[in-house]
Amino acid sequence: MNTFIKLLALIPFAGLLIGTYFANKVTPYLFGMPFLLAYCVIWVVLTTFLMIIIYKLDPRNKESEME
Amino acid sequence: MNAALVIIFAVMIMSIYLGIRAKKGKDMDLEQWTVGGRGFGTIFVFLLMAGEIYTTFTFLGGSGWAYGKGGPTFYIIGYGCLAYIMSYFLLPKIWRYAKDNNLLSQSDFFVSKYKSPYLGIFVSLVGVVAMIPYFVLQLKGLGIIVSEASYGTISPTIAIWIGLTVVTVYVMVSGIHGSAWTAVAKDILILVVVLFLGIYLPIHYYGGIQPMFEAVEAAKPGFLALPETGMSPSWFATTILLTALGFYMWPHTFGSVYSAQNEKVFRKNAIFMPIYQLILLFVFFVGFAAILQVPGLEGPEADLALLRISIETFDPWVVGVIGAAGILTALVPGSMILMAAATLLAKNVYQVLNPKVTDQQVSKTARYLVPVVALIAVFFTFKGGNTLVTLLLMGYSLVTQLFPTLAFSLMKNNFVTKQGAFAGIAAGVATVAYVTITGSTVGSLLPFLPQAIQDFNVGIIAMILNIIVLTVVSLLTKPMSVTSRKTKTA
Repeated sequence: MNTFIKLLALIPFAGLLIGTYFANKVTPYLFGMPFLLAYCVIWVVLTTFLMIIIYKLDPRNKESEME
Repeated sequence: MNAALVIIFAVMIMSIYLGIRAKKGKDMDLEQWTVGGRGFGTIFVFLLMAGEIYTTFTFLGGSGWAYGKGGPTFYIIGYGCLAYIMSYFLLPKIWRYAKDNNLLSQSDFFVSKYKSPYLGIFVSLVGVVAMIPYFVLQLKGLGIIVSEASYGTISPTIAIWIGLTVVTVYVMVSGIHGSAWTAVAKDILILVVVLFLGIYLPIHYYGGIQPMFEAVEAAKPGFLALPETGMSPSWFATTILLTALGFYMWPHTFGSVYSAQNEKVFRKNAIFMPIYQLILLFVFFVGFAAILQVPGLEGPEADLALLRISIETFDPWVVGVIGAAGILTALVPGSMILMAAATLLAKNVYQVLNPKVTDQQVSKTARYLVPVVALIAVFFTFKGGNTLVTLLLMGYSLVTQLFPTLAFSLMKNNFVTKQGAFAGIAAGVATVAYVTITGSTVGSLLPFLPQAIQDFNVGIIAMILNIIVLTVVSLLTKPMSVTSRKTKTA
């Protein structure tokens, strides 16, 4: 499970560090924004979802649920 | 005095008042003054960290870069995101270790992990040097806001002195409790101001956000993406990586990690913080809106973009509210940085060199060092001609050099020796210093490399050198006993 969590956490790194080479365009506009900006925004939103999944899967967050 | 200045000065006085109130009835030993007694919950730590992240850099610098550089600005959205992912795994470990060993500062961490007080001194000095450009940036921001909001009646020089006085008094009376309360006020105000400006200006001037971008693209084709060379995708990726790794390496950020109640706080924060980044979008929109409305701001002047377009558009009292939000974005992080720098110098340099001094004396020294550090920063503020973002990137290049040593120290079998740690950090910092002073780039140092590598952020190159030196020196200085034990188990 732990390695799975870490693999999930690596996805945004690939998206933002490598993906940018392919996303470097002004058009098409997405959500009213230039493509590159929209691409970065999509990754921010995806990261939040990934972090929710990681938080739910991580056994360390279960121990003290009664808080 | 116009309405804008009245509002700005009222906010300054209010925040000092909040600082004094927060301090009342609390015993201020060094731990209270710096880590707030380790009593802050999720929301407070969240605000405190958000407070440090949303600084003048994002407010004026982010819009200024959008105005002056375009596409490369988007790196600012990316790096926080990656830094929060790492925070999920790193910060709980750091917090747990710091709590178990009763640590107060970042350099305590290195001292304790590597059993070397001198490494602590070295790390402290690197931290303080890296914080100077970061603090200069806040002062510059304060100066810009006060002088712009005065519509020219207060010169930038006097404005910087006013800003400096407020930050110094603020830190000397309140410590971290003051920062936390003002951070709350600041976050609410900045949210309202940035959302308002970022939505209103594009609609007012262009009829919408996409029409604004289309107008910019028509005037400056390709400005909204990355250029082929220079700030190319290679620069973009390495800069995101560099700043993400350096994110929590700032002595003041590291220090605020200690102020959490428990380690769960960080794992929770890692979920919400990335989304919070999106506020930056609206800051960028302001900068892009300004391109065609207040053209002609060159170089460091681009940092004026947000205030200039505000002055052009609104009544003085609205400019006052915007300026007040800006003042808070400089005051909160500025005070954090100052306090961290003074504490580091007092506790991790002065006390280590003079072990006989009492904690009380150290506490006092830290307080007296606040104005000294502030004055040094003022010197550089008047000297430099860099944009806010450039200043920040310089600080980041320096502070990221601490990352490898820290990361290795969290591993179960850390092979890095204290000599290795020293040599690695020194190699990294020296590279950054050389590059900064001579103004060279990877391309000018190693012109035979392919363009994609020439565009790498030099901070990353320094870090690679750092890791190589660290590894080599560690292997050379590895204690024999550990090696033999290893071969036995193998």
